[in-house]
Amino acid sequence: MSAVLEVTDIKKSFGGIHAVNGVSFDVRQGEILGLIGPNGCGKSTLFNCILGQLTPTDGEVKLDGQVVTGLRPSELNKLGVSRTFQLLQVFPKLSVRENLILAGQEHQGNMASRLVGRSDAGLTEAANQMIGFFKLDHLADEPAGGLSYGQQKLLDAAMAFMGGPRLVLLDEPAGGVNPSMLADLKERLVAINREKNATFVVIEHNMEFVMSLCSRVMVMAEGKVLAMGRPDEVRKNPAVIEAYLGH
Amino acid sequence: MSGFARPLKIALGLAVIAALIIVPMNFNRYGLFILSQWAVMSIAAMGLNLTLGYAGQVSLAQGAFVGIGAYAAAIMTTHGWPLPAAILVAIVLSFAIGWVLGYPALRVQHHYLAFVTLAFSTLAFLLFRNESWLTGGIYGISNIPRPHIFGIATNKPLPFYYVCLGSLAIVSLAVWWLIRSPWGRAFMALRENPLRAQSLGIDTRRYTLMAFAIGSALGGVAGALYAPLTQYIDPVPFNLSLSLDLLLMVIVGGAGFYFGPFLGAMIAVLLPEWLRFTEGYYLMLYAVAVMLLLIWSPTGILGILDRYLAERRTKAASALRAVAKSRLETVQ
Repeated sequence: MSAVLEVTDIKKSFGGIHAVNGVSFDVRQGEILGLIGPNGCGKSTLFNCILGQLTPTDGEVKLDGQVVTGLRPSELNKLGVSRTFQLLQVFPKLSVRENLILAGQEHQGNMASRLVGRSDAGLTEAANQMIGFFKLDHLADEPAGGLSYGQQKLLDAAMAFMGGPRLVLLDEPAGGVNPSMLADLKERLVAINREKNATFVVIEHNMEFVMSLCSRVMVMAEGKVLAMGRPDEVRKNPAVIEAYLGH
Repeated sequence: MSGFARPLKIALGLAVIAALIIVPMNFNRYGLFILSQWAVMSIAAMGLNLTLGYAGQVSLAQGAFVGIGAYAAAIMTTHGWPLPAAILVAIVLSFAIGWVLGYPALRVQHHYLAFVTLAFSTLAFLLFRNESWLTGGIYGISNIPRPHIFGIATNKPLPFYYVCLGSLAIVSLAVWWLIRSPWGRAFMALRENPLRAQSLGIDTRRYTLMAFAIGSALGGVAGALYAPLTQYIDPVPFNLSLSLDLLLMVIVGGAGFYFGPFLGAMIAVLLPEWLRFTEGYYLMLYAVAVMLLLIWSPTGILGILDRYLAERRTKAASALRAVAKSRLETVQ
């Protein structure tokens, strides 16, 4: 299997603090890679460097073998890279359906056709399917701001999939989501992974969620990669137990 | 979006349009001038509402664009060009300058951006005043002709009012189309959460520049109508206070609401006339009224309506839930 994402020796410093200090890894087509580590170990900073929200101090990011370091987030999204955020990032005043249409519209046509063409960019059907897939049917016309936290998390994830991405980076998708909804979310993610052969990288603190969802897990500590391997290998790794899983 | 039934809304809209066409037929010269001014200022305020209300980019330069449009129209029509050509030039010129003025917004936001646009406003005023070879300086440009539309002279107040009203109608339809299009949705995303917008593939740079350029272009259209309306222009009406007036119209009417600028312009243009009987006190009353309104409803007059409708929807929804619940209990 070929690598969708190749990250080589990424470094990011803020003043004297090395938030990410030389991280290299790759993610294979169709894989679900977990990314764990204690708070402040540089996971989110690494995400932001990969996604163009931060410019890395050093290092290289390749997407399908093409160097994409320094591209803007919107350009990366057009290339099929999508994300969710650690803190909720839906558009509260727009309805659930409008949020989803917004999430997909820039992948339809060009600037001119989006101005003169249909107001839904031809996405109402796709949005409705996504709403059904994430079981948000009864909320389709509600303003997203009125949804419960867990429902907004589902919408946030659904939005990341509207552009038909090949690579999705999920930053703590399970945080604050209740157990039954979490099972739903996991089931949805696995389904999209299987059906669309989409590749995921998931930051998560919920160990049960990570270990059952991911095929490989990468452990970070103090800006570096501490371990990488199958969930059961990582769980037994003494360094990982020491740094993170222990007690 | 609203709680009114669709046929009721259409009927109301048609009634307002009919009234705007028929009622002014009996107005005197002055009444028609005021109403024409309302139409022109509504166009400028709609432009600012796009930039500020929908896309969330603060601008204190809309008055300058009205000035740019007005001078373009005044200079061209006094040299024998037809008004539609002048309007076209005003649009292109304001669009291009607005696009360039958008660049600072890619780096700074909120009050910093307000200051950048304020500086531009001052610069434009100085150009109008000092470049007398082009603008006539402090003496301005007089004898600005009114156009012939389809062979009909619009010199008299009523026909020219219809020119202004027709222009307002065209701009209103265009803006309605724009905000319903994916562009409108992208503008709102820019205002609500630019970071998330970027991660969804929305080119925030391009949309920010577009928001400035289109909003400014509408300022230019308003200016190109203002010149033949007053038939005489000098730099004074286009100083910073016009930009502040337009900002007030957008905020008072309700920023980010489609009908906000119509309402805001109506209040800003008509209220001073209605309060004229108070003589010297009208500005004070106006100021106090604006302060009270913004304390009560920071989202403007349409914000009050929006809140009321939202409350009613919530109540209706909870009433439905209560009914459903009691039915469930009966079944059990």
